[in-house]
Amino acid sequence: MRCHAMPDVPGRRKPTATEDFMRGLWKENPTFVQMLGMCPTMAITNSVKNAIAMGLATLVVQLGSNIFVSMFRKRIPNEVRISTYILIIATFVQIVDIGTESLVPETHRALGAFIPLIVANCLLLGRQEAFSSVNTVWRSALDGVGMGLGFTFGLMTVGTVREILGSGSWLGMRVMPANFEPWAIMNMPPGGFFGFGLVLLGFAWFKDKQKRRATLAVALAPAPVARPALEEAVV
Amino acid sequence: MTDATHGGRELPVMDEAVPSWKLLLTLTLAGALAGLAVVLLYDFTLPGIEAYKAGVLRTAIAEVLHAPKRADTLWLQGGALTATRPPEEEARRAERVYRGYDDAGRPVGYAIAVVEPGFSEQMHLLVGYDPAGHRLLGMKVLESKETPGIADKVEKPVFTAQFTGRVVPLVGLKATERDRVAHDPSAVLMITGATISSRAVLRGINRVLAHWQPYLDAYRPPAGRS
Repeated sequence: MRCHAMPDVPGRRKPTATEDFMRGLWKENPTFVQMLGMCPTMAITNSVKNAIAMGLATLVVQLGSNIFVSMFRKRIPNEVRISTYILIIATFVQIVDIGTESLVPETHRALGAFIPLIVANCLLLGRQEAFSSVNTVWRSALDGVGMGLGFTFGLMTVGTVREILGSGSWLGMRVMPANFEPWAIMNMPPGGFFGFGLVLLGFAWFKDKQKRRATLAVALAPAPVARPALEEAVV
Repeated sequence: MTDATHGGRELPVMDEAVPSWKLLLTLTLAGALAGLAVVLLYDFTLPGIEAYKAGVLRTAIAEVLHAPKRADTLWLQGGALTATRPPEEEARRAERVYRGYDDAGRPVGYAIAVVEPGFSEQMHLLVGYDPAGHRLLGMKVLESKETPGIADKVEKPVFTAQFTGRVVPLVGLKATERDRVAHDPSAVLMITGATISSRAVLRGINRVLAHWQPYLDAYRPPAGRS
């Protein structure tokens, strides 16, 4: 029985643990770059508190399912891998659902139907297929934490824009002047699209600025001196 | 497994066929382990979850009946209210109300749950009710997922405080009819921009209290109890 082909490419350097961890945080951020998990990004980012709770719940599911899929990757036949991965993901979602209801019932009430919907977050199955099914437990765990934190960061950023504009507060603390009239639409479903659009605009602008700065630095760098020619001239 | 060539090029080696029983075994084992993990966690956390829900209900009853000394559960069985708890399976499904008593043991009213579809989802309310005067003693929203920033104002005291002392059936008034509230004992001022949610609250309370009124009127506590 064989599962997937290992993705190691001859001659390519193996990523370090830091690279595995950082990939999800920035370079392949699930929200801003991969644009996965859009349902919770739109639905529960009307407050930063809910965004953090949903991000952490997803992190736990991502980490747990990454570890289990990686642990059993050589035992799971290719033909039934999708069913098995979904079963593992669904089990962790159920565990998180029961766990939050037991430990933090107020947060569980606030997140409502969205915890069960984590099971349909394509980020989770995507990482099992692309990473955990072909990598070690340690690397998969790092990838899970990185992706989970990256997703939490994405939700928090959208949540920050929406809560400040929609309620005039951040994490429940008043941050806008008393005469600020909250934009009610930012708390409603269309506000999810507006908030996400604004954040994507900022993200694209920042990346573009970084790219132009790097290009400019290369263009302005002094041309390397041809040492042998110089030496000949001196002689 | 077979090796083959095509135009001098080596074709990819095919995987060995996995026997069906192995596929079935993998899925069966995965399902059984997943089921075991979920059931064990559910059993372990259930007492805590139920205790939390009971605590929330106790607090809400105390709020809508203004801190009664105690509250008894009355079950609707065979078309009448009874203080006798039905068997476990029936108890889960049976409709119920909570009868509150003051320090002297006199009944102060009933706490009654109301479930009504709102703008987004079902709204869960608890009302305190005096059936003799057809008067509300209080109202609290236990659970609602109305639009944040607009319709969730139905949960806030500016709306819920209006219900105390109102006579059912309730009548909803618009903001422009504010002057009538003081003169009409059944009037409740609805929230501008959240008309559907406000109407749903009033509709739910009127409907549920009309359903319970005959049972509450007919209820006679067992001898030796108030």
